[in-house]
Amino acid sequence: MTWETVIGLEIHVQLNTKSKIFSGASTEFGAPPNTQACAVDLGLPGVLPVVNAEVYPKAVAFGLGIGASISKISAFDRKNYFYPDLPKGYQITQMDQPIVLGGSVEIPLEDGTVKQVNITRAHLEEDAGKSLHEAFQQSTGIDLNRAGTPLLEIVSEPDMRSAKEAVAYAKYIHQLVTYLGISDGNMAEGSLRCDANVSIRPSGATEMGTRTETKNVNSFRFLEHAINFEVQRQQQVLESGGRIVQETRLFDPDRDETRPMRSKETAMDYRYFPEPDLLPVKIDEAFISEVKNSMPELPREKATRFADEYQLTQADAQVLASDPALANYFEATVQHCHDAKTAANWVRVELLGRMNRDNIHIKDLTLSAEQFGVLLSRISDRTISGKIAKNILDALWQGEAQSVDEFIEKNDLKQVSDSGSLDPLIEKIIADNPKQAEQYRQGKTKLLGFFVGQVMKETAGKANPQQVNELVRKKLS
Amino acid sequence: MTLHERSIIEQLDDLNTGKYSAVELTRHYLDRIQQQEALNCYITVMEEKALATANAADTARAEGHNHLLGGIPIAHKDIFCTKGIKTSAGSKMLDSFIAPYDATVVARLAAAGVVTLGKTNMDEFAMGSSNETSFYGPVLNPWDPTRVPGGSSGGSAAAVAAGLCAAATGTDTGGSIRQPSAHCGITGLKPTYGRISRWGMIAFASSLDQAGPMARTAEDAALLLQVMSGSDSLDSTSLADPVPDYRADLSRSLEGLRIGLCEDFFATGLEADSEQVIQEAIAVFEQLGAKISRVALPHIAQSIPAYYVIAPAEASANLSRFDGIRFGYRCENPSNLEDLYRRSRSEGFGEEVKRRIMIGAFTLSTGYYDAYYRKAQQIRRLIKNDFQTAFEQVDILLGPTSPQPAFKLGEKTEDQVAMYLQDIYTIAGNLAGLPAMSIPAGFSSKLPVGVQLIGNYMQEGRILNAAHQFQQQTDWHLRSPGSVDVEAKG
Repeated sequence: MTWETVIGLEIHVQLNTKSKIFSGASTEFGAPPNTQACAVDLGLPGVLPVVNAEVYPKAVAFGLGIGASISKISAFDRKNYFYPDLPKGYQITQMDQPIVLGGSVEIPLEDGTVKQVNITRAHLEEDAGKSLHEAFQQSTGIDLNRAGTPLLEIVSEPDMRSAKEAVAYAKYIHQLVTYLGISDGNMAEGSLRCDANVSIRPSGATEMGTRTETKNVNSFRFLEHAINFEVQRQQQVLESGGRIVQETRLFDPDRDETRPMRSKETAMDYRYFPEPDLLPVKIDEAFISEVKNSMPELPREKATRFADEYQLTQADAQVLASDPALANYFEATVQHCHDAKTAANWVRVELLGRMNRDNIHIKDLTLSAEQFGVLLSRISDRTISGKIAKNILDALWQGEAQSVDEFIEKNDLKQVSDSGSLDPLIEKIIADNPKQAEQYRQGKTKLLGFFVGQVMKETAGKANPQQVNELVRKKLS
Repeated sequence: MTLHERSIIEQLDDLNTGKYSAVELTRHYLDRIQQQEALNCYITVMEEKALATANAADTARAEGHNHLLGGIPIAHKDIFCTKGIKTSAGSKMLDSFIAPYDATVVARLAAAGVVTLGKTNMDEFAMGSSNETSFYGPVLNPWDPTRVPGGSSGGSAAAVAAGLCAAATGTDTGGSIRQPSAHCGITGLKPTYGRISRWGMIAFASSLDQAGPMARTAEDAALLLQVMSGSDSLDSTSLADPVPDYRADLSRSLEGLRIGLCEDFFATGLEADSEQVIQEAIAVFEQLGAKISRVALPHIAQSIPAYYVIAPAEASANLSRFDGIRFGYRCENPSNLEDLYRRSRSEGFGEEVKRRIMIGAFTLSTGYYDAYYRKAQQIRRLIKNDFQTAFEQVDILLGPTSPQPAFKLGEKTEDQVAMYLQDIYTIAGNLAGLPAMSIPAGFSSKLPVGVQLIGNYMQEGRILNAAHQFQQQTDWHLRSPGSVDVEAKG
């Protein structure tokens, strides 16, 4: 029997506000435990939440970015459960009236096709603290710095049919929220975490199989592994005559497997009810259009524009538009070198290559787009060869050079294209290698490369290779 | 007249004219608190700090600083967080809790110059109508120490009545200011929901909780309300409306005031002597020129069931933070997390609190939410509408505060329904969020009886005006325990 996989994702995105969603404490990552938890975050007796108004434009921007409808009223509910890293014993979330309803995204897949994934809803809520089980013997440490960090929980329809599609969707959401500037998208710091709802059914079936929910997967690679493990597991269970238990599972990256956390039989009853400490807030049309007007160009729009405006291939345009910082860098480079194709090529191959090698993000790059652009323009104006340019790029990369032009000047790297200075050199090389010259003249034309190579060596690469080619050929004929 | 029988207005006059100092006044109350310790009004007495504040108030006054309540000794219900001072909410759970911050109410009164004598006893987490659920034992009614003072602000009410403070703060979720005020013969006001910030006030039922003043006179209550009211950026349910001068209209004539009597409040369950007191109070208002009519509040009978769904539901969540993890009571040697939760909460909470948490968790659970919580919210809306219809015909509503005067200690502790019915006349005001107050109106078997005045939203000034005019005609509010037999002058 063949099986069809059905996947829906719940993605928790931390919104990049300075302070928490219901208190004035900082959301900065990495502070010593519990130094960024105020009375409200600690759930002390008598404290009250006050909504950080910064979360509304961010959530609305996301809603507009996926073509969703925006709720006219934003209200919060309490979700009740006990856990040490949930100080109040309830989480303030949006059950009845999510701020974002509906919408969809179009995901480019590896095979070049586009997949539409529908979004059920996205709602605002507060993050919990962290439980540190490994750090202490016989007890659990609680760090409430994260408690109260604003989250946008994005719930998709069960529209994905493979782990790859799910990862492509998650990556798209990551790109979108980074683009919109509503999240720093830092996966390592937990800014984007996925819960995967996975079920399988016989191919062609219309009814859904029983699903499991794998919680808190915080990397794309883990997401793919977790889903694939879960699909395999469910298939084995069903094929051996078993039954899938609806349950919550945890992914263990060390063992590359999911494990049951709790089953539906022991599932929590969250006893949702409207949060009486917060009054519903009206979101009017004027506010929505204000957000709309201040929204940046989205990845798909930008890729299309790059392809049109700069005459790039779809593949180049998509890569360059994938990250707003990268896209800005590319456009700034073009401004300085006036050659979009070269810029696209060099950003993709040379820049991204080095960034990947050294694990550097575009935002942390010390090389300015201006110097990068100048470097490329020195290729087009034939001051230097591509090969020399790569060497200069390395020097810039290592911080050994700041100004491209000064570096060229100082190291005497200008291409030698003056035939007056090349002629005697070529003649001398031919004279020093009579045997090879003879062979060339007898028809072994491959030896041209040998002579050109010798010239390039003697000029330390500064000679214009095309010109040397021509001159050598002329002298040998 | 001794110091503690002077109203705040009179005490301020005395302090300003140098009859006595704030330190002397504070010392007087501290001595009385000690003498009448048996009443169990206070959980914490802040002697040293009170005298220091009083001293500072005297200095400020001498330097010409004129604070609105400079040097007036008051007490806070132990539900308001006070920085550096134990804040217990009457519970074993918080017996060791020192609040790291001041409630807005506490901060505003402190800024107005009050001297805080201490923290008053109360029903545990404000859940009770007799002060018998307190971890610190019941408060005794100063009019008859075999009887309850009412609750949950029983310590505050008894302390004001017994002259153990000039005034006190209270909170009212279902009648917790008004009912003990009635039972102790004092003036207590629950303002419009949102008029006073709830920041720092330990939550019982967030959509119903409201702080208010408990004092000897309507004028004193107006003065305290003035200081306590106003919007607060720390409480998003606090109202932005500007705070009027509540004393400006106190002397306004009641000529033509339309007073409505809610028929259901007089139908059944009201003790005959108490009804007699209410009727006499109505007659006083008529003499003052008010026009009396009857109004119907058709859904009022549903207020108790609706309240006992909504309040426990909110409480069940509000009290989840008391889990033994970060503060408050923690059981000895927990074997694991679940054991820690289970025993900390089982041992730290009293019976009534646990009962309400259980009721609340049940009514919110899957499959019951619609039948209970949603239905109760619908009833709440109908009750609000009833009041709005009534206020199209009348300016204020009048009725009893409580079905009968203070009952005996232990009399109703085994019968929860009988206890819950104590709030039958007060709960609707909370459900609708309306301002309401209780003022002393007479006696039934030598026990004080209160009359309740309910106003429309933000009409605190209107009911204070009616109460003040009533108090100009009567001296019930001037009676102190021990002088019960004096005839009314009106």
